[in-house]
Amino acid sequence: MSAAIPDARPAPPAEERPAVAAPAAAGRRTTPTWRVVRALLRKELLVELRTLESVPGMSLFAVTTFVVFHFALQRNSVDGDLAAGILWVTLLFAAILGINRLFVADADQGGFDGFALAPVDRSAMLVAKLLALLAYLVVLELIAVPAFGLLLLGPPLGHALPDLLGVLALGDLGVAAIGTLIAAIAVRTRARDLLGPLLALPLLVPVAIGAARASSPLLALGHAGAPAARWLLMLGLYDLVFGLIAYALFDFLLED
Amino acid sequence: MYGKGLRALSISTVVVMAVALGLVFFWVPLEADQGFLQKIFYVHVPLAIVSLCGFVAGGIFAIQHLRTRDQKWDYRSYVAIHMSLIFGLATLITGSIWAKGSWGHWWEWSEPTLVSFLIVFLLYATYQPLRFAIEDPERQSRYASVFAITAGAFVPLNFIAVRSSTAFVHPRVLGATSNLPWQMSLTFLVSLLGMALLFTTLCKYELTVKHTRAQLRALKRLAERREGKATASLPARGRSAAPSLHATAMTAHAPEVRGR
Repeated sequence: MSAAIPDARPAPPAEERPAVAAPAAAGRRTTPTWRVVRALLRKELLVELRTLESVPGMSLFAVTTFVVFHFALQRNSVDGDLAAGILWVTLLFAAILGINRLFVADADQGGFDGFALAPVDRSAMLVAKLLALLAYLVVLELIAVPAFGLLLLGPPLGHALPDLLGVLALGDLGVAAIGTLIAAIAVRTRARDLLGPLLALPLLVPVAIGAARASSPLLALGHAGAPAARWLLMLGLYDLVFGLIAYALFDFLLED
Repeated sequence: MYGKGLRALSISTVVVMAVALGLVFFWVPLEADQGFLQKIFYVHVPLAIVSLCGFVAGGIFAIQHLRTRDQKWDYRSYVAIHMSLIFGLATLITGSIWAKGSWGHWWEWSEPTLVSFLIVFLLYATYQPLRFAIEDPERQSRYASVFAITAGAFVPLNFIAVRSSTAFVHPRVLGATSNLPWQMSLTFLVSLLGMALLFTTLCKYELTVKHTRAQLRALKRLAERREGKATASLPARGRSAAPSLHATAMTAHAPEVRGR
């Protein structure tokens, strides 16, 4: 809304203008939230593109973890529930690397202060960070899932892929919602690198249950059929509830 | 104000717990299948129910805290979660004993209630470290409330998730009270009441102690001030995960401090 920008209006009388304008402007958002989200998301992705702090590390970690699994399990190829478990444990742990870094720049370099000064909806930051984390996860999976198919998975990945994409999307949404909220809590604590994973992992257990159960028939030998609807439903319910909780509570984390 | 009704509550707790234990050991018939071992049911299940309710209550108090910004709700939330953690540990230990007795293993992954309880316990075990890691008291209570609400909502969801992921091997406890013999249901309900009273009493004691200590500290500071000692002689306070009441107590009981 350009109405709140002073230049867009005829010049008001100098004395009474601030007294009248202040209450009116306070009740009204000066910038539409979607534009704030877009600006913040653009900033996030630009920073990530220039510094390459999160995504390369997450992807490299995932691939290395597959190698570790190969040696630790002493298997050349896996399938079924074992494959689903390895895939999701790796993705969750790699996601936690990203979650840990998500707000570090804002906390250390004044991003929170700058955002607090702007007269915009606080939830915009949640949405932008959530979308940024979602983008990181998508890029991570673009690398990690083919690498998993190449390095460890016994049955061919091609058959499983269409259904697996749905499971990945639902799982990612849950990870992103929980991850953004927890990252915002953990980043302002003294032991942030320790507390982030400690808080996030138990909260992500239902995602691990649902996603692993849903993808294990997809990764089985001979492609044992579609994932059971109740796991997808559970993942969807989880995404919805924690998305709403994150939306309701995020403002309280930004108050100082 | 916190000490009111404490004596009546303590006495009724002791009486109900004594009656419950009496019923458990001397009156209720032995269960045909498990024999004496089944009596741990009257301790384990009330412990679990009370501690889960305590976790959820902690979340509800936290909602109140974020809505009203009254420090006393943060205190209640803290004490409820703190006490539930202790009850939760007892639940895990008694559950483990029961599992060892009936299946021969200390831990049973196919028992969904026990597994989801463990996940909830692990989540809440991070509550104290979280508080501990935030120095600013106001932010500490705010962040702790956000965590308590998230975790409170997580409790039922987690139970749905874990329960649907495992085949049922164990009698469903809440549903099972309806087809228990009436002596067993009665004993169970009395035990549950006793456990709930015990929880409430312990929470009330903790609240009272903390409040009294804060008042005492404020009065001491006031006395020192009256005697003209240096105001900087604050008692060295160890680091604590508990919410701090002393700031509010000081302003409430020493008006001239605020006036300055």
